[in-house]
Amino acid sequence: MAESIRVENVTKEFTLRYHRTFKQVTVALARRKQLSETFPAIDDVSFTISQGESIGLMGLNGSGKSTLLKMINGVMRPDVGTVRTRGRIAGLIATGTGFHPQLSGKENIMLNAAILGMSEAEIKRKYDAIVDFAEIPTKFLQTEVGHYSSGQSARLGFAVAIHVDSEIFLADEVLAVGDKPFKKKCLERMEEVRDSGRTLFYVSHAGGSVKRMCTRVLILDQGKLIFDGDVKEGIRVLKYDNDSAEDEEHFDEDSELGAEI
Amino acid sequence: MTDSLHVTDPTAPALAGDLGEDRPWEDPAPSRGLIEVFRRRYLLKLLVRREISARYSGSFLGLMWSYINPLSQFFIYFAIIGVIFQLHDSIPNFPIHIFSAIIVVHFFTETFNAGTRSIVSNKSIVKKMAVPAEMFPVASMLVSLYHVGPQLVILLVAVLFMGWMPTLSGALAVVLALSIIMTLGTALALFFSAANVLFRDFSSFVNILTNFVRFGVPMIYSYTMVGERFGRFADYFVLNPIADAVMLMQHAFWLGTLTEQERNFDLDGKPVERLPEHLFAFGFAMVGVSLVILLIAQMVFSKLEKQIPERI
Repeated sequence: MAESIRVENVTKEFTLRYHRTFKQVTVALARRKQLSETFPAIDDVSFTISQGESIGLMGLNGSGKSTLLKMINGVMRPDVGTVRTRGRIAGLIATGTGFHPQLSGKENIMLNAAILGMSEAEIKRKYDAIVDFAEIPTKFLQTEVGHYSSGQSARLGFAVAIHVDSEIFLADEVLAVGDKPFKKKCLERMEEVRDSGRTLFYVSHAGGSVKRMCTRVLILDQGKLIFDGDVKEGIRVLKYDNDSAEDEEHFDEDSELGAEI
Repeated sequence: MTDSLHVTDPTAPALAGDLGEDRPWEDPAPSRGLIEVFRRRYLLKLLVRREISARYSGSFLGLMWSYINPLSQFFIYFAIIGVIFQLHDSIPNFPIHIFSAIIVVHFFTETFNAGTRSIVSNKSIVKKMAVPAEMFPVASMLVSLYHVGPQLVILLVAVLFMGWMPTLSGALAVVLALSIIMTLGTALALFFSAANVLFRDFSSFVNILTNFVRFGVPMIYSYTMVGERFGRFADYFVLNPIADAVMLMQHAFWLGTLTEQERNFDLDGKPVERLPEHLFAFGFAMVGVSLVILLIAQMVFSKLEKQIPERI
């Protein structure tokens, strides 16, 4: 199988700045306090993914999942190491996507689609399908996205991303704010994406939906890749860290959609 | 960053069943700079169109503010400098002298100000989508250029009434003037938009800089006065690319409205030099200088760019 994503010894450091203003900086310098501190958001992570694999990316809040996805889709660049991909990338980074709050739903669809690499003709062709999928009432499409509910803007973002012809699809907690019927629809559509041979990157805290969607699990803990392998085992590894076996039972009984909390 | 990865030969035949084996490896965050901006013209067009509508979103008069603003400046300068300070007399057709300068200055300051804020004001996009960040300052420049159009029409109507005739050298002067401002404006917008992400102080700093611009060009005073007051230092005055752009614009519109007498002699009948002698040579040189500055700005931008998504 051809390789689709290659991440080699990637490290990304973030800087925490404690003192930002001139006054704070001078005071801190006078007291010989630390001005800033860096910490690795991603710490020496390496993996390779084959075309058509569906990966569940898991980990606690703040473990570096979104940072890793941002480096894969090109929003951020690693400090050390290389990320290489093959083919077009589409998807969502964290809920809400890159919408401009002052633009209407329609303008945002066009802009987002263009950023994801769609051509003018492609957007025109797919516009109706995107709107249909998002199920946003037509009258709302002319109003500013800033006035949308979080669910509505997540729907719109997902609808655009899923309609891009891509080889790699990133889905970062996309279902967290959707309602039940929409979650179901999204999961079905992502299964289609997976079955069509595209590489799928799925970030979720819900073991149930990861089990359903993915063939391999990566787990991040404080920026380090602590697990790479079988889905069931991965979920067990993650659960051992924070809760009892009782929860695992709960996961198995979890609704088919997976509870996204 | 070293590219240690093996790049598959794109012409190599794909293995059966292994779709995509022949595709090349790509860096998901390539830094091709401004070239990438012009490669993705459709996205640029959308950004420009949307900034034109968004710049005055929520305001009742909307686009009209783009004309009210320079017109109000025009009347202030005209009333204070012209009427109160009596420059009416020593600069013939003073209103045209001011207005052709205001168009250039307004284009520059709008590009500089809006361009500096452009990346920060699009942070919802920059944070989550892979888009070349150069897009935003370039779009700001184009939006400002878009507003130049109707102002030129107003000026054109005015000078036609005063018996002005279009000339080829005038057209060349307008093209040179706009080219200088477009390149220099983009260069500064590029540099300061990235700097503004790191420290928001820069947008305030740029505000102060644009004040200097207004008074560093022959708008409310004439080039002749610079020569009279500063003697040979007037030679340094033409090293300011924005002043050259302003004077090129005045060459195109203002000079043509003057009579032969006014063009060469002042009120007392003494010979005057209304605009510098080698204005066009300086114009071409300043386009070159601006291109070099743009190149430097791009290099600095590429260095700062990496920090934008995390610092914004």
